[in-house]
Amino acid sequence: MTRRRLWQRFVAHLDPVLLAALGLLLLVSLVVLYSASGGNWFRVLAQMTNILVACVALWIVANMPLHYLMRAAVPVYLLGMVLLIAVAFFGEIAHGARRWLNIGVTTIQPSELMRIAVPLMMAWYFEKHEATLTLKNYFVATLLLLLPVALIARQPDLGTAILIAASGFYVLFLAGISWRVMLTSLVILMASMPLAWSTLHDYQRHRIMMLLDPAQDALGSGYHTIQAIIAVGSGGMFGKGYLNGTQTHLDFLPERTTDFIFAVYSEEFGLFGNIVLLSLYLFVIARGFVITANASTYFTRLMAGSITLTFFTYAFVNMGMVSGILPVVGVPLPLISYGGTSMVILLLGFGMLMSIHTHKKLVQT
Amino acid sequence: MKRLIEFKDTQREIHNFRLRLALSLGFVLLLLLLLLVRFVYLQVMQHSHYQTLAENNRISIVPIAPSRGLILDRNGVVLAHNYSAYTLEITLSKVIDLKATIDELAKIVDIQPGDRKRIKRLLADNRKFESLPIRNRLTDDEVARFATQRYRFPGVEIKARLFREYPYHEQISHLIGYIGRINESEIAQLEEDEIAANYRGSDYIGKTGIEQNYESELHGKTGFQQVEVDAGGREVRVLSRTPPVSGNNLVLTIDAKLQGVAEQAFGNYRGALVAIDPSNGEVLAFVSKPGYDPNLFIDGIDEQSWNELNNSSDVPLNNRALRGQYSPGSTIKPFMALAGLHYKKRTPSYAISDPGYFSLPNSHHQYRDWKKGGHGSVDLFKSIVVSCDTYYYGLANELGIDNIYSFFSEFGFGKKTGIDLEGEVSGLMPSQEWKQKRHQQKWYAGDTISVGIGQGYNLVTPLQLAYATAILANDGVAYRPHLLKEVQSLRTSEKRILGMNQESNLNLNAEHLALVKSAMVAVTQPGGTAARAGAGAPYVFAGKTGTAQVIGMKQGEKYIESKIQEHHRDHAWFMAFAPSDQPRIALAVLVENGGHGSSTAAPIARKVLDYFLLGKLPQPLLAVDEAEGAEDD
Repeated sequence: MTRRRLWQRFVAHLDPVLLAALGLLLLVSLVVLYSASGGNWFRVLAQMTNILVACVALWIVANMPLHYLMRAAVPVYLLGMVLLIAVAFFGEIAHGARRWLNIGVTTIQPSELMRIAVPLMMAWYFEKHEATLTLKNYFVATLLLLLPVALIARQPDLGTAILIAASGFYVLFLAGISWRVMLTSLVILMASMPLAWSTLHDYQRHRIMMLLDPAQDALGSGYHTIQAIIAVGSGGMFGKGYLNGTQTHLDFLPERTTDFIFAVYSEEFGLFGNIVLLSLYLFVIARGFVITANASTYFTRLMAGSITLTFFTYAFVNMGMVSGILPVVGVPLPLISYGGTSMVILLLGFGMLMSIHTHKKLVQT
Repeated sequence: MKRLIEFKDTQREIHNFRLRLALSLGFVLLLLLLLLVRFVYLQVMQHSHYQTLAENNRISIVPIAPSRGLILDRNGVVLAHNYSAYTLEITLSKVIDLKATIDELAKIVDIQPGDRKRIKRLLADNRKFESLPIRNRLTDDEVARFATQRYRFPGVEIKARLFREYPYHEQISHLIGYIGRINESEIAQLEEDEIAANYRGSDYIGKTGIEQNYESELHGKTGFQQVEVDAGGREVRVLSRTPPVSGNNLVLTIDAKLQGVAEQAFGNYRGALVAIDPSNGEVLAFVSKPGYDPNLFIDGIDEQSWNELNNSSDVPLNNRALRGQYSPGSTIKPFMALAGLHYKKRTPSYAISDPGYFSLPNSHHQYRDWKKGGHGSVDLFKSIVVSCDTYYYGLANELGIDNIYSFFSEFGFGKKTGIDLEGEVSGLMPSQEWKQKRHQQKWYAGDTISVGIGQGYNLVTPLQLAYATAILANDGVAYRPHLLKEVQSLRTSEKRILGMNQESNLNLNAEHLALVKSAMVAVTQPGGTAARAGAGAPYVFAGKTGTAQVIGMKQGEKYIESKIQEHHRDHAWFMAFAPSDQPRIALAVLVENGGHGSSTAAPIARKVLDYFLLGKLPQPLLAVDEAEGAEDD
């Protein structure tokens, strides 16, 4: 094998268009992280490592034939459920939530696994019953979704629960759940809001109240939101310039490298930078839609659609929360925020998109 | 057939799917547009608002307290100064559990129960302290120990601060007063006067005495520093700085050495002495005994010291010179004599025959002279020299209270002198209206007779009597007594000289003055009531003794000093000026429960005069022979 052919095989299942957009976003991540961490090269190097690991995951998944993925659905889902139940009983408590499981060598957060496992399981389920889809199947699929969501919400980890619920909902929606059922469910959901309110933890209620008026607790929980909004607003049209954000560099912004990294970016690059970022995201999403539209099987269509829409949801929820139109639910900015698990899960998803896109022909033949 | 239907279904499915995908795309675009709108709103429309908020976050205005002006005596001796020392301070907003932090700190630096009490009181004071002092005046060891452990105490810092100190401690305390921590009502006052901003960096304000009265001169102008701060409130860098302007130095009219001599001369007696330069009203000495240590008050006095001061029967916190009101006793007689001459009720040569008592016509009540059997033939001169009561009983009766009131008012009796200290009291010069108002009673002739020898309703403060003495010494030309001689601005080295204005001229008859003055000179010479105090003086000085009764005596009862409890003994007065021909000093001395003016008050005055005129430091007080002391009234 020549070197050239080796290379061709190496990149055969990668989507260059998507890869280019992702690369730009990851570059932005490193650039902003350098500023957000106060010029800490170790932070940047650590994020590079995260990216590298995630890229390996992406490459592996992209090269994985689709039936491998389908076959993985049930075991991964079951494993995730077992771990979630284990967390509920033996999980470690940190910051008032039981989210982590100590497996001897390290602690893991099973809810992260469910971000992939839930849509995978649902898509697999719909694929299996594709020929004879009835209301019952939608009901079962909803149960497959709500069980882990309920467990995660109880931890409590409202952010992840909502996002997994969203990814599952996208599967349901794209699987063709009837509008009537959807509307009825919506009405029931609205009616049960007061009940849901009563099961929320105080801090969650507080966060929702805070959304309505962050100023009421300017020195307490509202502080984060207010400082983030100040950072964004003071950025103005073109920003304060790279490394010149006062909110960032004088410690006014909380969690600058993770959940609130968008405030750093926005303060230093302004509206102009925001439009660039939104465009990059939109480009990635559009490419995801193209892949979804051209996907060959029911399973891959559902998977690709859910991955794309969930990616968008992450980005929207994070930017919405930093700019003060959504409550602070602890969702990182996809591909930009510092963090290993999130990066791996995201690129794993894009790996699946690439696999779906590049294995299509093989399936057809 | 079946395959075809299935195939058609798949086509429809894909169609449905793509429709839903398109809807999703619309949903995505809509929400992205929402974000964009939000960004435009925040970053374009509300930009200046958030810009301001970010700047306010970033920039903090830190006041820089000016250093307080010094207080100096007339010769430049420092009476109040500042020194720099390290304090341990806590920024309250950055400390979660104050008590736990203090407990931890106590392991490193010495924190006494007294410090804790003080902290508690400061907290209760309700003032929003930017930082709370935990310990003042750290030792070098403590500073070093804390520095190594500093990381454990976020929000706790060592700061170099200026502290006030009164090097003379109990001496001059009533005059200088003290500064203390600013309290709630003082803040309200500062806000009302619209100078609260100038006190943003200050923790202290003048509470009493000169410190209070000249607060505006001493305080100075607060400087400001614009600093960039991080979210923890720590300074990152200084952006701009307006330096503070130090307070002005005050040069007092007081002569600290003279003051010291006077205070020492009192020995263990309580009392007051005020010495004035009659030619300009400058107060040379201003003594109230006992004093207290003003240093105790600066950071809040501890409970034990406060109780000691407050519960002492000697009432050391009372400024007797300014606020003590006493019967003037016989010191009133020279003024009565002048009044008699002024209203032509007496001539210099007119003499009475003194049987040892006075009775009103148609009355059997006897107003006794201090000397049993009387002084024989007494004219005006002799009436002062021997302090004859009978002479003044009759004179008062003839003058009437209205004349006495208006004449004495000219000398400042019954009125505040207007000295530059807060809290002066006006004493009392009784009149018919006063008695009607105060006691709802008409004025009786007997009331006037008591007033005539200074034992009636009339009350004077030592300051008032010194002022009246100064007016007399200066031949009726009055200068308002004042303590401030000069204000020195450190910045411009400009000096302002204050308070030389003539207050009034009583236009007294020179012959009358000469006669009364000569009689007062005779008081201090052989045959006079203060002969012993005047013995051997190389200068000529005028004086008058006086005794203020503390308890009333029944008709015919004899006052025997040794049989009376110390606190019920008479107060001794002495007024004097010297040299008699060209007075440079006029003074009044009051010795509480000192008995006779001649035996306790006059010797103190003599020591003061000796030092002032001769520079002679006093010998230890001569033992006063009680048996010989019965020579005066």
